[in-house]
Amino acid sequence: MADLSQAKPVVTRPVASAPPMAPRTPAAIAKEPMEVAFDISGFSLWYGANQALFDVGIQIPARAVTAIIGPSGCGKSTFLRALNRMHELTPGTRIAGRLRLFGEDLYAAAVDPAVVRRRVGMVFQKSNPFPTMSIAENVLVGLRLNGVNDRALLRQRLEESLRMAALWDEVKDILGRPGSSLSGGQQQRLCIARALAVQPEVLLMDEPCSALDPLATAKIEELINDLRASFTVIIVTHNMQQAARVSNRTAFFYLGRLVEYDETSTIFMNPSNPQTEAYVAGRFG
Amino acid sequence: MKRFFDAELETFRSQLILMGETAIEQVRTAIQALVEAKTGLAEQVIAADDRLDRLEVEIDNEAVRYMNLRAPIASELRLVIVGMKASHDLERVGDEATSIAKRAIKLSAEPPLKPYIDIPRMVSMALEMLRDALDCFLQVDEAKAVAVCKRDAEVDNLNRQLYRELTSFMIERPETISRAIELMFISKSIERIADHATNIAEEMIYLSQGKDVRHTEEVKKDGKPLA
Amino acid sequence: MTTPSQFQPTARRHAWRKFTSGAMAGLMLVCAVAVMAPIFLVLFFLVREGASSLDWSFFTQLPKPSGELGGGMANAIVGTFTLLAMAAAIGVPVGVMGGVYLAEYGSDRANSWIRFTADVLNGVPSIVWGMVVYGLLVVPFKTFSAYAGGVALGFMMIPLVMRTTEEVLVLVPQGYREAALALGIPRWKTITVIVVRTALKGIVTGILIAMARVAGETAPLLFTALGNNFWSHRLSEPISALPLQIFTYATSAYDDWHRQAWAGALVLMGMILSLNILVRVLSRDRSFK
Repeated sequence: MADLSQAKPVVTRPVASAPPMAPRTPAAIAKEPMEVAFDISGFSLWYGANQALFDVGIQIPARAVTAIIGPSGCGKSTFLRALNRMHELTPGTRIAGRLRLFGEDLYAAAVDPAVVRRRVGMVFQKSNPFPTMSIAENVLVGLRLNGVNDRALLRQRLEESLRMAALWDEVKDILGRPGSSLSGGQQQRLCIARALAVQPEVLLMDEPCSALDPLATAKIEELINDLRASFTVIIVTHNMQQAARVSNRTAFFYLGRLVEYDETSTIFMNPSNPQTEAYVAGRFG
Repeated sequence: MKRFFDAELETFRSQLILMGETAIEQVRTAIQALVEAKTGLAEQVIAADDRLDRLEVEIDNEAVRYMNLRAPIASELRLVIVGMKASHDLERVGDEATSIAKRAIKLSAEPPLKPYIDIPRMVSMALEMLRDALDCFLQVDEAKAVAVCKRDAEVDNLNRQLYRELTSFMIERPETISRAIELMFISKSIERIADHATNIAEEMIYLSQGKDVRHTEEVKKDGKPLA
Repeated sequence: MTTPSQFQPTARRHAWRKFTSGAMAGLMLVCAVAVMAPIFLVLFFLVREGASSLDWSFFTQLPKPSGELGGGMANAIVGTFTLLAMAAAIGVPVGVMGGVYLAEYGSDRANSWIRFTADVLNGVPSIVWGMVVYGLLVVPFKTFSAYAGGVALGFMMIPLVMRTTEEVLVLVPQGYREAALALGIPRWKTITVIVVRTALKGIVTGILIAMARVAGETAPLLFTALGNNFWSHRLSEPISALPLQIFTYATSAYDDWHRQAWAGALVLMGMILSLNILVRVLSRDRSFK
C-alpha cells in the first residue's frame, strides 16, 4: 500500500472537462453540463496554531449531491462547517483563500454570517429538534425568528417543507406534538424539514445517518436523492456505500488536504490515487 | 424497501432481455437466409453483430458499476453476475449466427443438398430453449430452467442424426462434400446455441436459489428429475 | 508474585467476604436514614408545639401587645412575601443575566474570575450581608426599611441564581445552539428563544431554590428590615418578616409568644417545604437532560 504519510498528488480534475462516464443511470444523466455552486480555491483554515485545511481547491456543482469522505480528523467536517461559517463558533479560527457561492464571496467583510447560514443550511450528525417546541414550531422556527409572521405563508411553508422531507404523511395529524416525541429517523427528517423551511440554496449534511438504523438511513438517502433536483447537497459521510449510492461527485480528504475529487463513479471504480482506492474499499481509515 | 436506484436493476434486466431478443432475431434471420438462399439477409446478420458486442460491453460495465457503487445485496449480486455471464453467452450466440450467415452465403451459390427440414427444427428447438432461459430473468421459474437443461439432449441427438445423414451423403456422392461440411458446421453452431441456452438456464437456477447446478446430475440429460 | 490460590478463596473466606459486604451495606443504609431523620424531628416538634396555636386569626390578625392573649402574625407573613418579591426583583434579573453571560458570552479568563467571586459571595455569612446593607442603606437614610431588607436578601440571591442559571445553560446541548445558528437565527435570539427557553425549567428551579434559601434568613433582616408589630404601609419603613417575628417571640418571656413562635416556625417551614416540593415537581421532567 502507498505510504500514507505522504498525501501528495492533489488530483482535481477541472469540472468542465470531466470525462464522460457510462451514463445510463438517471442519477448520472442529470449532471452535465453543470452550474458551479461553490467555487473554492487556495482555501486554508487554522484552529489557533493548528492548520486543519491546506490549500483546498474545489468546484462543487449546483443541484447535485457531493459527498465528502475521508478518515476521522481529515478535515472534512471542518471543511463542511467552513461552507456556512459555522466553524466561527469555535474561537480562534482563521481562514485564507477564496470561497464563493454562486460568485459571491461568503467571507467578504460586509457579509453577515447569519445571512450566509440562511443561504447554506445544515443538518447535523445527531438529530436535534428543539425540545420545547412542537413539530410545527420546529419547522417554522427559522422563519419566525427571521421575522416572518404571515400565517398563510407559514402554513404553506410548513406543509411544503415537511413534504420535501418526506415526513408530511407521518406527522400531518400530530403537528402539535413535541418534536422530540418522534423516532430517531423522523427527528432527523424533521431537522431536514426545519433546514429546508428557510429555503436555503445549499444543504450541508454532517454525517446525517450515523446515528440511525439502516431503514431510517435508507429513507434519508431516498430523501437526499429527491433533494438533488432542487438543492445543492453536500454530505460528509463515513459510510462509503452511502457516498457511492447518493452522490454525483465525491471528494476525498486526507490530513487536511483534498486528495482527489471527481465523478463518484470514477472515485470508486477508477481513482487516480492509490490512497483513494484503498480508502473507498475500506482498506484504511 | 424500494430504493431510488432500483430502476437501475430494471434497466439492467431490460438490457439483457433486449440483448437476448436481438440474439434470437440474429439466429432466426441467419437461418432464413440459409433456407431461402437470401444473401442480403445474411449480410444484414453479419453487419448487425456489433449491436450484440456493444450490448455485452454495456451490460458488463453496468454490472461492474452496480457492484461498485450500489453495495448489492446477495440476490442483486447474483443477478448482476448472472447477467454478465449471460451477456457473454448471448454474445457467443450472436457469433454463431454470424457464422451461420457466412455459410449461408457460401451455400447460396449452389443448389440445396436436400430440403431443409432438420435444421429449422433444430433451430426452433434451440431458440425456444434460449427464450425460456431468458424468460427466467423476468420471472424466475426454476422448473422451466431445469427443463431447458434437459432439452439440450434432444438438440444434441438431432445434431448427431444430421451428422450421420450428412456423412452418408458425402460417402455416396463426393461432390456434395463441401456443402455437407458447411451444413455440418451449421448444425454444430445450432448445437452450440442450445449449449449457451443451457448455460443461461443453469445460471438462472443459481440466480433463484444461489445453488450451483453446473456439471451435476440434476441437469444432466439422463439425470433424475429435480425433486 | 501472587499465587493462584489467592484468587480462589476457600469456602470460609467466601463466607467472611459475604458477611463484611452485607455489614458495610447495612452500615451505609443506616447513615442514609440518619440523613433523613432530622427533617422528621423538625417537622415533629414544629407540629407538636405549633399546631395548637395555628388558627385563622394567626393568619389574619396583627400581634397583640405583650400580656394579651391571641393575635397573629399577618403582618410578618405579608412582610416575608413583600421582602421575597423585592429580593427576587433584584436577584432574578441580575442573577439570570449574569448566568447567561457566564454560559454564553464570557471568555474563559473572565468567567473563572466571575465564578470565583460568585462562589466567595455564596460563602459570605448572612449577617455580614445585613451589616453591609446596614452601612449602605440604613445609615445614609437614617431609617430601617423594607427596601434595605429586600436589597440584603436580593444580594444574597444573585450569586445563587447566577450559578444555577449558568449550570443549567451549560447543560443545554451545543447542538441546539448550532442548529439555531445554522438556520440564520441571530445569536441573541438563539440564546433567548432557544437556549434560555430550553433551560427555563432549570432556571426557575434555581430561582425557587434561592428564594427558599433566603426566605428563612433572619440575620440580614435584623439590621435592615428590623421588624415591627404593625402593617407597613411604605417600603421605606421597617417591615416585619416571619423569621424576625419568630426571633422576637422566641426570645421573649411570655408563654403565649413562645407558642406563637412555634406556630410561626411551622408556617415558615411549610412555606419553604412547599417551595421545595414545587422545585421537585418542576424538575421532574427536564427533557434536555
